[in-house]
Amino acid sequence: MGAVSRNGKYRIVHYLNQFFGGVGGEEKADCRPFTIKGPQGPGRLLEKLFREGNADVEIVATVVCGDSYFAENQESVLREWIPVIREHRPDLVVAGPAFNAGRYGMACGAICSTLEPLGIPAVTAMFKENPGVDQYRKTALIVESANTVSGMEDAVRKMVRLGIKRLHGEEIESPQAEGCFEQGIRRNYLHADPAWRRAIDMLLRKIGGEPFETEYPIPFFDRVEPRPALPGLKGITIALVTSGGIVPTGNPDHIESSSASKFGKYSLEGLESADATTHQSAHGGYDTTYVNADPNRVLPIDVFRELEREMGFKPHPWYYATVGNGTSVDNAQKFAKEIAVELIRDGVQAVILTST
Amino acid sequence: MSYARPHAGVQPVTHLWRKIPVSDLGFSSPTRLEDGKLSIDIDELTGLLQSDPNVREARLAIARPGESVRIIPVKDVIEPRLSLIPGVPVFPGVFSAWNPDVDGIASGEIVSLSGMVVTTVGSIVGFQEGLIDMSGPGARYSLFSGKLHLVLDVTVREGMGRHDHERTVRLAGLKASNYIAGSVMKHPPRTDIRETLVNPESPGSPASPGRAGGKGKPRIAYLYMLQSQGLLHDTYYCGVDVKTMPPRRILPTEALFGAILSGNCVSACDKNTTYHHQNNPILLDLLRRHGTDLEFAGCVITNENVTLGDKQRSSTLAAELVASLVPDGVIISKEGFGNPDADLMMNCSKIEAHGIKTVLLTDEFAGQAGASQSLVDTHPKADAIVSTGNANEVTVLPPMEKVIGDDRVITTLAGGSSKSRLPDGSIAIELQALIGSTNQLGFERLSSRFK
Amino acid sequence: MAKEIERAGIPVAHICSIITISQTVGANRIVPAVAIPHPLGNPRLPPGEEKEVRRNLVKKALAALQTTIQEQTVFS
Repeated sequence: MGAVSRNGKYRIVHYLNQFFGGVGGEEKADCRPFTIKGPQGPGRLLEKLFREGNADVEIVATVVCGDSYFAENQESVLREWIPVIREHRPDLVVAGPAFNAGRYGMACGAICSTLEPLGIPAVTAMFKENPGVDQYRKTALIVESANTVSGMEDAVRKMVRLGIKRLHGEEIESPQAEGCFEQGIRRNYLHADPAWRRAIDMLLRKIGGEPFETEYPIPFFDRVEPRPALPGLKGITIALVTSGGIVPTGNPDHIESSSASKFGKYSLEGLESADATTHQSAHGGYDTTYVNADPNRVLPIDVFRELEREMGFKPHPWYYATVGNGTSVDNAQKFAKEIAVELIRDGVQAVILTST
Repeated sequence: MSYARPHAGVQPVTHLWRKIPVSDLGFSSPTRLEDGKLSIDIDELTGLLQSDPNVREARLAIARPGESVRIIPVKDVIEPRLSLIPGVPVFPGVFSAWNPDVDGIASGEIVSLSGMVVTTVGSIVGFQEGLIDMSGPGARYSLFSGKLHLVLDVTVREGMGRHDHERTVRLAGLKASNYIAGSVMKHPPRTDIRETLVNPESPGSPASPGRAGGKGKPRIAYLYMLQSQGLLHDTYYCGVDVKTMPPRRILPTEALFGAILSGNCVSACDKNTTYHHQNNPILLDLLRRHGTDLEFAGCVITNENVTLGDKQRSSTLAAELVASLVPDGVIISKEGFGNPDADLMMNCSKIEAHGIKTVLLTDEFAGQAGASQSLVDTHPKADAIVSTGNANEVTVLPPMEKVIGDDRVITTLAGGSSKSRLPDGSIAIELQALIGSTNQLGFERLSSRFK
Repeated sequence: MAKEIERAGIPVAHICSIITISQTVGANRIVPAVAIPHPLGNPRLPPGEEKEVRRNLVKKALAALQTTIQEQTVFS
């Protein structure tokens, strides 16, 4: 197991806010981050319970930061302090518990989520309504705690139990069984039975009125309030966006035919139409014969130009394209957010999105 | 010659299925099976395939389980079979006219070679063709890694369109399969495994029980969704492109005869190859259990077309046909992903509206991190789903000593990317690119759950 | 994508073939298109008529953007 401290112990770095770090209450929430050698506040209980669990640990450093300061400077704090944490060569980082303190929870979640991809195991604890749970449950292991500090010992015990497993390098197959919030991440595994047998068994149970468990609970999709209508079209800037994979011939950005990892931004300047020599589809999910012959069938450049002249709107000089084939909803959301930022910056007032 | 379908209430159509085990493959003349080893006359078979003017060259290769071999890009996989029923061919409607409603398949025998398959590869036609690894981590994901493969690498005439290209390769696979089964059965081996499969009665016939009441056995129907979205996404029933055909009932054992075949080069993970159709485990299990712990009410096939109107019409009609079988419940299997999720949800909700319980088989596209929504369409009635795994999950495949086909295409396959090639020669690729890895007829054990 | 762009503050008209998917993923102004491989065209029509089909779909999208709605609406 990784680097251990000089005396052969597991090295832990602990993150606390200004209150648990002994600086003060809300009035000190703008306290800048600093490091203390050794354990502080709940860190002492943490060390004690680790040792009771026969894990020889040492809290080599405690990083303390004011909740408001972290919230207002998250990016710079992470940029400067993650390397500081790494310099301590921790085998594990523990953050919190944050209970129901919202900014503290967000800070703990952000730190754990930043460390995990760097190969540094991290655990934290929060109350279920802490906004840090929703924000970071997919990327951090968050133990469920009570909402107030009265639940300290229970929360620390759970963090220690999970922490020991992580120190031993165990894969956490079921976070829920460890008292964590389900991460909501789909992970493949080999079932004992082939799927056809499970399907017939499930149906017999469903018909017989016996309990059965679906293997994929249907999610609920959120909604967005419709934006107000445009007052008219005169002078309004409208952008074309497509998930149908229309790209300049040769697919210059190498957008993948499926599970696209990027989107492209291409000029419409001077184009009256698209044809087989100028554009093609990079999409792998449908028969592209027709659209390769006439790309206007997915990206209606030709009529957009005609209607521009008739109705007086202003086409945005760039269009955006990605491939919506096997592309995860998360990626699609990410693309859309990035595209939206650019569109707003460029003064676009409406979008026509075409999909296959 | 025509063999009329037996009338309802008469003896149900019964098929004796003889499975001849093949334990090795080799090239020598003549084509024959001796002590389990199938020898293939390479000149005779390539000559037969190259007699098609659209085929410029057909090269043959052999791959065995455990070998360091990658087959790529795979178009179809076929199990050689031969019908012993006079006038009834396998792959009905492909090489001769066949009307399933007039020329119904009568009772009789069918023979299959088990343990071996005919696999077609060749230059890439579409983005979503895939690969089979005969050993290593990729072999965990597909039953095909455990089969002996006779691989046909087909080069078509230059300047050929994509539709003709696909068709040429598809027919070459079927011809080779027929050639092998026919040659072996000239001197039928004594060793075989036999199984009798009895089709369910048509509903309404005197022998057919009604819906389970009281102590009756549960009646289960099967709705078999077939991908039909155009080039490389097509499926054929008795030679007819299913996108042009309304949903219909089929005789379940027709699948054994290759009545349903794949013209489908996408997506590797969840397309049904012809082999998958010939051996559909849902159909086979329902046939085997029919009359024991359940009643098999019958099978309806339906399509997955590209317009909303078609999807609505097909799902309404499929639900009516399923309801006409008076089942208590129905298994619905999907093919492909993305917009077929909409067909799946329409089928589910419309069948549940008839008061019939549904279980759906689907794979997931939850993103490489598994953090995204798995399906693009949902319905509250879809409360019983069997997951065949997240096809976006990435696996690392080490290099193989031998490549049959062309592995330069690997980064452009669906599931691959320009970042797929790792410095040590391995490829990091989504399961999407592995043939049959998330098959939605339920062949494999892969599933997915929340972490 | 429609939902996220709209969340950011720009109204979106979504021209798509399978509107049930668009409804599930949360577009608000939805215009049903022709078919998946050619949402804004139909290769079986003569070129002039095909272009007219496309023109009408884009006009519908432009009209949708000028229509006040309270909830997801299909403009067919």
